[in-house]
Amino acid sequence: MTSQQLLSVIEPDGSTNGHESGLSKDELLHCYRTMLRVRAFDDTCMKLQRSGRIGFSIPNKGVEACQVGAASALQKTDWIFPSYRDFGMALYHGITPLDMMHNMFGNANDSARGRQMPVHFSFVKPIRFVSISSPIGTHLPQAVGAAYAMKLRGEKHAALVSFGDGGTSSLGFHSGLNFAAVWKAPVVFLCQNNGWAISCPSSEQTASESYAIKAKAYGMPGVRVDGNDVLAMRKAMLDALDHARAGHGPTLIEAVTYRMGGHSTSDDPTRYVPKHEVEEWTKKDPVARFERFLATRKLWTKELGEKLYAEAMEEIGAAAKLAEATAPPPLETIFSDVYATVPQHIRKQGEASFELARRKGDASAGDGKFPL
Amino acid sequence: MATLTLVQAVNDALKTAMRDDPSVVVLGEDVGPKGGVFLATEGLTKAFGKGRCFDTPLSEDGIIGTGIGMALNGLKPVCEIQFQDFIFPAFDQIVSEAAKFRYRSGGQYTCPMVIRTPYGGGIRGGLYHSQSGEAYFCHTPGLKVVIPSTPHDAKGLLLASIDDPDPVIFLEPKALYRQVKGEVPEGKYTVPLSTLRTVREGKGVTVFCYGAMVPVCMKAAEQAAEKGIECLVIDLRTLLPLDEEGVLEAAKQTGRVVVVHEAPRFCGFGGEISALIAENAIEYMEAPIARVTGFDTPFPNTLEHHYMPDARRVLDAIEHVHGY
Repeated sequence: MTSQQLLSVIEPDGSTNGHESGLSKDELLHCYRTMLRVRAFDDTCMKLQRSGRIGFSIPNKGVEACQVGAASALQKTDWIFPSYRDFGMALYHGITPLDMMHNMFGNANDSARGRQMPVHFSFVKPIRFVSISSPIGTHLPQAVGAAYAMKLRGEKHAALVSFGDGGTSSLGFHSGLNFAAVWKAPVVFLCQNNGWAISCPSSEQTASESYAIKAKAYGMPGVRVDGNDVLAMRKAMLDALDHARAGHGPTLIEAVTYRMGGHSTSDDPTRYVPKHEVEEWTKKDPVARFERFLATRKLWTKELGEKLYAEAMEEIGAAAKLAEATAPPPLETIFSDVYATVPQHIRKQGEASFELARRKGDASAGDGKFPL
Repeated sequence: MATLTLVQAVNDALKTAMRDDPSVVVLGEDVGPKGGVFLATEGLTKAFGKGRCFDTPLSEDGIIGTGIGMALNGLKPVCEIQFQDFIFPAFDQIVSEAAKFRYRSGGQYTCPMVIRTPYGGGIRGGLYHSQSGEAYFCHTPGLKVVIPSTPHDAKGLLLASIDDPDPVIFLEPKALYRQVKGEVPEGKYTVPLSTLRTVREGKGVTVFCYGAMVPVCMKAAEQAAEKGIECLVIDLRTLLPLDEEGVLEAAKQTGRVVVVHEAPRFCGFGGEISALIAENAIEYMEAPIARVTGFDTPFPNTLEHHYMPDARRVLDAIEHVHGY
């Protein structure tokens, strides 16, 4: 296969070309259920944002197969360096909607203690889902470093780093791919080419004939995958992970997919996305495509889909209610975790702000003590 | 006890750390078989192997970015940036990533790493081999900024920095690499971060300095002593987090303060020292605080000796503040 051909497994009618990996019935249904939970989480967060209950969200509609297919190939001992449009990978590996909702509301139970915008998750268990930052491409060399540490210690683990088509223009894309290839680091670069970097189409991002072809110049395999095909994504990831674990180094996977929503809730894609494009890609909906495959295996009915989606909405709705009712982080969390120990100058600033809050009567319970 | 140059003391610290702790790795451009352009990493690859001290492709963003990943995953990387002037492609990694990982992940992910880099003028390096960028890093919560001025402190501070659970920018005064020699204990010892060093006692004027300005200020202090002005010379050693109490105490001892650094004056570290004293000890001051610094211009090549503060300029400020 050349770097221009598109790897696929599930045909549009749900039949397969024989390349499906050996997933059990339960595993196939876990993939399906996770895709529906991504959609349900997405739908819930859009409503929460539109009704002013959370400040921000990142739509994931259309890219569920990329996330779930890729995540399904990972072991719990592998590391994920995600982008901000990747929470399906977290859900697949057992991070709960409630853990995620605490972040969406930035409350006291948020693992990042309300310091980050919504969708900038950080989890260490049950899988390393590394703290997300907003700058684009910075996590590529970081994933390479984490993977190289695995290699230096003789471990057989690997790192997955995920980014969009826009990310390929960043400084980190070049240094990340170059360092990984030179060091033969066990890392998989997943470029989710969803057609748009906020409002800029791929044609304004690169003059290359594809993103996968860029791998050739770095000296690593480049694979172009149908990103709306969950089993193709899984196969490409399994191959890349085998390659990495065998000591052969990195792979660049270009997943061709489509962002069916806006960049974020602050974005209005109708200002720049051609209507016919959305209509075309709606026909290629990754969830519907997987359903057609499952139906050929007698694993899917419309009723099952509706039931699972309703269950997901209920679970996520309950998580949202709980997260919304949880108190905001206490004032001292502004000043902690800057360093392992709070230095004197930060301590003084904290104490002065607690004192002012007490004096003005607006300190909340628990304020005024450093968590030392 | 061995007598070492400052760069030999850095090398000794790296060897000591690598021997004591198998998770310490050294990476950077030319740090492998060549031993670095200043020979700070000489012999490390030979002694510890390519898995412990290794060359990287020529990309500062890559060096720091991969170093962060190693730190996240259990190693203690000591990254070398060949000249501090070349660090800026990695600024995003340092400021947006290393400095913020602990905070933004609620302590789930941390970056215990050291970024060593030679800084400052005095080698005829022109605009791009001479700069003093400490203020850029001091403006970033989450980083520590350390600058030694003696071989003893270079080893002890570097070992303390490698032990530290947070990212440390370790700026080495390249002008002093081979200019200063001193006794350096064998084996492991640390000089605690955020502690000042009193270089010279005196009741007349307090001089705050660090790095390559310490010998310059000492020379000026000796000349001042000949004129009857005894200076208290303080080597700050750690700029962030600063020993604020120590600075205030030293300022109050004389009520007359001169702050010296090579970096440009505007928004330089001297401004922070001055403001700290003005906010907390103004009633002790007998004279306005004087700053002796590099000019607010790029760093010139041929005329660098006019750009960098020398004993003549420091002495002039000491006399001015003393006679106010």
